[in-house]
Amino acid sequence: MIQADLNVILPEIVLAAFAMLALVGAVYTGKDKTAPAIVWATGILMLGLAVWIGTRGTATTVAFNGMFIDDSFARFAKVAILLSAASVLVMSQEYMQRRGILRFEYPLLVALAAVGMMMMVSAGDLMSLYMGLELQSLALYVVASLRRDSLKSTEAGLKYFVLGALSSGLLLYGASLVYGYSGTTLFSGIIQTAVHGEVSLGLLFGLIFLISGLAFKVSAVPFHMWTPDVYEGSPTPVTAFFATAPKVAAMGLFARLMHDAFGAAVSDWSQVIALIAVASMFLGAVAAIGQTDIKRLMAYSSIAHMGFALMGLAAGTELGVQAMLIYMAIYATMNVGTFAFILTMERDGAPVTDIRALNQYARRQPGRALAMLILMFSLAGVPPMLGFFGKFYVLRAAYEAGLGWLAVAGVVASVIGAFYYLRIVYYMYFGEEGHEIEANGSPVLWGFLMASAAVMLLGVINMFGVEGAAAAAAATLVN
Amino acid sequence: METIILFAPLVGALLCGFGWKVIGETAAQWVATGLLFLSALLSWIAFFSFEGVTEHITVLRFIESGSLATEWAIRMDRLTAIMLIVITTVSSLVHLYSFGYMAHDPQWKDGESYKPRFFAYLSFFTFAMLALVTSDNLVQMFFGWEGVGVASYLLIGFYYRKPSANAAAIKAFVVNRVGDFGFALGIFCLFFLTDSIDFNTIFSEASTLAETQVSFLWAEWNAANLVAFLLFIGAMGKSAQLLLHTWLPDAMEGPTPVSALIHAATMVTAGVFLVCRMSPIMEFAPEATAFITVLGATTAFFAATVGLVQTDIKRVIAYSTCSQLGYMFVAAGVGMYSAAMFHLFTHAFFKAMLFLGAGSVIHAMHHEQDMMNYGGLRKKIPYTFWAMMIGTLAITGVGIPLTHIGFAGFLSKDAIIESAWAGGSSYGFWLLVIAAAMTSFYSWRLIFLTFYGTPRGDKHTHEHAHESPMVMLIPLGVLSLGAIFAGMIWYNAFFGHTDRVAQFYGIPLAGAETEQVAHGETAAADGEQAEHGGDAGHGEDATHGGEHHAAFGGNPGDGALYFAPDNHVLDDAHAAPVWVKVSPFIAMLLGLGLAVWFYLVNPSLPRRLAEQQQPLYLFLKNKWYFDELYNVVFVRPALGIGRLFWKRGDGSIIDGFLNGVAMGIVPFFTRLAGRAQSGYIFTYAFWMVLGIAALVTWMSIGGSN
Repeated sequence: MIQADLNVILPEIVLAAFAMLALVGAVYTGKDKTAPAIVWATGILMLGLAVWIGTRGTATTVAFNGMFIDDSFARFAKVAILLSAASVLVMSQEYMQRRGILRFEYPLLVALAAVGMMMMVSAGDLMSLYMGLELQSLALYVVASLRRDSLKSTEAGLKYFVLGALSSGLLLYGASLVYGYSGTTLFSGIIQTAVHGEVSLGLLFGLIFLISGLAFKVSAVPFHMWTPDVYEGSPTPVTAFFATAPKVAAMGLFARLMHDAFGAAVSDWSQVIALIAVASMFLGAVAAIGQTDIKRLMAYSSIAHMGFALMGLAAGTELGVQAMLIYMAIYATMNVGTFAFILTMERDGAPVTDIRALNQYARRQPGRALAMLILMFSLAGVPPMLGFFGKFYVLRAAYEAGLGWLAVAGVVASVIGAFYYLRIVYYMYFGEEGHEIEANGSPVLWGFLMASAAVMLLGVINMFGVEGAAAAAAATLVN
Repeated sequence: METIILFAPLVGALLCGFGWKVIGETAAQWVATGLLFLSALLSWIAFFSFEGVTEHITVLRFIESGSLATEWAIRMDRLTAIMLIVITTVSSLVHLYSFGYMAHDPQWKDGESYKPRFFAYLSFFTFAMLALVTSDNLVQMFFGWEGVGVASYLLIGFYYRKPSANAAAIKAFVVNRVGDFGFALGIFCLFFLTDSIDFNTIFSEASTLAETQVSFLWAEWNAANLVAFLLFIGAMGKSAQLLLHTWLPDAMEGPTPVSALIHAATMVTAGVFLVCRMSPIMEFAPEATAFITVLGATTAFFAATVGLVQTDIKRVIAYSTCSQLGYMFVAAGVGMYSAAMFHLFTHAFFKAMLFLGAGSVIHAMHHEQDMMNYGGLRKKIPYTFWAMMIGTLAITGVGIPLTHIGFAGFLSKDAIIESAWAGGSSYGFWLLVIAAAMTSFYSWRLIFLTFYGTPRGDKHTHEHAHESPMVMLIPLGVLSLGAIFAGMIWYNAFFGHTDRVAQFYGIPLAGAETEQVAHGETAAADGEQAEHGGDAGHGEDATHGGEHHAAFGGNPGDGALYFAPDNHVLDDAHAAPVWVKVSPFIAMLLGLGLAVWFYLVNPSLPRRLAEQQQPLYLFLKNKWYFDELYNVVFVRPALGIGRLFWKRGDGSIIDGFLNGVAMGIVPFFTRLAGRAQSGYIFTYAFWMVLGIAALVTWMSIGGSN
């Protein structure tokens, strides 16, 4: 029995074992000198795991008495998590090394965070949920303050930690309420108690607290306040990581919890999530307008995008989950490309994050500017870029689920949000001549930027098959 | 083969329009021209090898949406075959002619490239026109219809530096929009009634339509009549019939080859083609066809009167075109579609030639277009003179009365006038005869003013008048052959005896089925058939060319045209009295005599007459004040409404609202959000707690229901 269970979680075990072994190994050998090698090794291992998980078939297997579920949905999310984590890791190596902040713990913490995330999307029990969530969060708190000598970085880590602890508390409180009213922590048990129309108020309170805790992780309004500060204060590669893999994992967990545990009471949570989604979209769009720091801007951008992804979830249908997964996959790809660009922004060796520094960028770097233009248009959701299709999917899901008002609100918010994306393009192409910035960085960054931009254009053809995979994943989750 | 005919011009347009930078200007023009000549050659082969059986050649799947499923297909029947040769022949000759005409255009500076663009537009137009005539369903036809509209717009406005050309292009486009709206409504109506846009399905339902009532706007209508009327509105716009004719004279702002191709020979005849194509519907719509007859006759008369006093050589021919199109509609209106197609066919030759001849004159006179500045050009440009002469002989209808020998226009125009008489429309008949006299007058007036008399106008220009190059004269020569012989050669096919016409168009004769059975049967069956043939009017004597009493038969959609069983116009026209048959000839002589008297014998007379009859003269000179009337009734109010929506609606309300939101409300919230982001953990935690409190409250109070 235990043999079969271990077999199911083999990818997680491999990654965790690698992280621990590498930690021990690095401590006893070259310490930080081994860091570049570990970064690449971790990246390659994650890539390998992603391929392995991606080709593991279509079966749904349950391990540890239902606490761990390995199904198409989990696999889709895991592949997305591993690929984006690997990308960000590989992108950050050269940047961090040049600034002397590439410690050997960094790739290992990312790897451990990834293990937590994989746990999250596979959780079939409130306890495994919490375990995965905390494993991820603890690793993230540490990497946020990786730059120990920087005031901002430590501040970011501390803020994240304190607020994260608060949100964990809320989540735990919710979990205990749910356990109290349903008598079980297993999702498959909760769903039998929580049938629409018969949901007790206590269970509903528990649900609200659970949602709040998860909303914090996806940085949805009003639990978003940490995001801009943490994004700004953390080293840029860490910010890039925050913006991608953990968001995918948290959204995956969100969908898993809502559908596996409360799938029989969709109308109860759908409106709450819809409310959060609207608030996120509007706040993300409106607040970003005032930002001049591109990292803070991307923080608000991610808040707005999480609003859109939540809109798919709020639909509460299979199409909604599919739309959400597609949206997250596209979102992660766009962000990888955008951060690959941000990582190259520097002047005299120091990183620059002011968007006004991009003035007349197109004249000096036409290729990069064009790629960034495509990414910005895609983020804003302008057809024919892929970002538009992501939005189109969630809007359709919301509309077909009877949430027409939500779709309309989404369109309005995306119009407002287009402003700040286009402003970046404006600066690059029509801005006034000012202080020049250089475009340093390794070919790796250039490659990620160009590849991401190319995906935004070419993906229009068939989305590289993500559509079908997401549909299959959604089908296993919603039934 | 039909596919090549259709797509060769498109390939030419693309290669010439986009590829000229690669292959060079001259090569690009030759590519376009060469492909059109190929297309023309194949069209003639297709015309002569066509057997009379309608073919459908599928090109691709076109539309699939609900119950609307159709293919892009070429409908190859006699009507298509006629149009194919008209379009490709005139178009290829115009391409060739343009080499000379467009060689040194004063509108462009040295080194500016305009020729490939011109040729690409011409080829594109040809493609669109071919798409129109080869269409197998209404939407495909509409595609071609709009395609020629676009090409016409581009070509009228080809001299885009001239404000008048731009205005004319926009006018043509807008006026056509009115017609297209009717056409589109007709398509919708047909789709609504028959659930199909394919010609075959529509035609087979034609008799049902005649018995269907449909409510439209404020009243109940007979479906067939309504559809026919709506489609005719489309035809009115494209073919510049009265009320929607104002764009055609202005369209003369385009280069002259364009006028020859689009605004004389092909595009403007699309309306006539449409009415003929829809003959199965028209036959069931007596009120609509009566309207077509009246409007066509009125147009023929109106345009001829205006043509009498115009002095711009191209405008005279433009009004002449308008008038001739009226003739065609009269023929179609009385049910003699074949005669309409006949005149369309011959008209294409001589009208294209007149335009190209006029272009040659204009070319010789350094782009001077006012006939008052011509005179005595006969010696300077002899070839052009003879070409114009042949064209004039053709359009005025010179021939030997009561025989079938004469110029093309003689046969086809007389066919229409006889049909009008036989169709029982005395209004149409008399108006057309009067118009024929006026046609003769203004055509000869053009010749006399241009080629006879003493040179007027700028002396320098006259001294330098020169004959056009060979590339311009060859098309004139080819077209003059058509203008002379087209009528005589195809008279029997278009307007001969019923069985000949039926064979030409692939229309079954009444009782044909029994005949086929009879051939395989015994002598007894033959006798029975002969008996039957007595009243149904077919049989052996018909095929032997003796007595011609054959009648059209078949169901709607069987042949290229459909004649209802009670449509005897063809036979009646042949049996018309002699005075009817010679009336157009007498009218022609009258017009010629007047023109000779006015412009050769007594050249000061026109001026005195104009002064004497000042109001009438101005009325005609100003084209019956249609432009002024439309300006007051439509253009000014439309501009007013437009300005209101622009300044008030768009400017104040929409822009004001958006500016308010974008510059006032959104930044306000942005500042608010910025202020909330204090940087203190307790603020953040406070917001989280506030959020959860709000959610819990909302959920417990009312959200859960």
